[in-house]
Amino acid sequence: MSSTHHPAFVHHFENLGEQKEAATFGMWVFIAQEILFFGGLFGAYAVYRNLHPDAFYYGSHHLNIPLGAFNTAVLICSSLTMALGVHAAALGKRTQIVGWLLATVFLGSVFLGIKVVEYKEKFDHHLVPGTSFDASQLHMESIEDPALLAKSQKAAQIYYSLYFAMTGLHALHMIIGIPIILWIAARAWLGQFGPEYHSPVEITGLYWHFVDIVWIFLFPLLYLIPKPH
Amino acid sequence: MTETAAVPAENHDSHEDHAHAHPHVVPVRTYILVFLALMFGTAITVGASYVDFGHSYLNNIVALAIAFSKAALVVLFFMHVKYSSKLTQLAVGSGFAFLVILFFFVFADYLTRGWLGTPGS
Repeated sequence: MSSTHHPAFVHHFENLGEQKEAATFGMWVFIAQEILFFGGLFGAYAVYRNLHPDAFYYGSHHLNIPLGAFNTAVLICSSLTMALGVHAAALGKRTQIVGWLLATVFLGSVFLGIKVVEYKEKFDHHLVPGTSFDASQLHMESIEDPALLAKSQKAAQIYYSLYFAMTGLHALHMIIGIPIILWIAARAWLGQFGPEYHSPVEITGLYWHFVDIVWIFLFPLLYLIPKPH
Repeated sequence: MTETAAVPAENHDSHEDHAHAHPHVVPVRTYILVFLALMFGTAITVGASYVDFGHSYLNNIVALAIAFSKAALVVLFFMHVKYSSKLTQLAVGSGFAFLVILFFFVFADYLTRGWLGTPGS
């Protein structure tokens, strides 16, 4: 039927439905790889937090919980706008797709902007791992055992290494995602998507939601570490 | 695949159906409800982190339980996995299954290292 005459139809598929299924499946295989990619970092986090619980607790205390929580809310809003963008695409509402996608880009940019403020704070306070790392910023004096104190002050660099690696990799995913969403928004503006064909919008949404999920775990694990006892 | 080409119309029809079945359009109301649940989850994650449950591991369990619930909502509704084909659901499941395998072996090593003394020391 008509689905095989759509301009976006590629002829090695039986029809657009099969084409869409392949696109979704392919994206999920990519996301499965991403899960393991981030999984390695979460594994490293678990191992080192288990080894140095005090370093992680005191290290996390220098993070700004209100900013982290606000950013979590911003990212959840951006997931909603993305979902509504995909919804508009499925209904073929051209200007709505563009509007929701631009809202998603805006919220993603707000998230990154706040991340910049947070990173700058860490640089200002010498909490970036390396020769100028200053553990005295972390106020670990309440650790009574001098051996544990020395060990924890050193291990705080591991916490901050993981903080920058995990949030940095997450931010990189957003930096890659934003131009992709803009490109999809441009294609939507040109009227390339509708009820019959909108897999590019849908699988870009999958990517964006995945990035949201990573942050859903990063926020409590990096910002909200309970006092070990 | 030459074999599929030989399969008669029967198979073809089911493909046509698939193309037409306007992929389940999720009502906006569902998205709003999921969004509110995610916001609520974020609020209680922050709130629970200030509560002393008696043991820090209980705080960890609560935080992770909320995070997994939020992730499940995103996967099922925002990512449409609840309405996806079995093949897609299998791909999603395998991603998480391999994560479990990764964590199982990492922890089987690191979390058990102190359990047995080292011979000779």
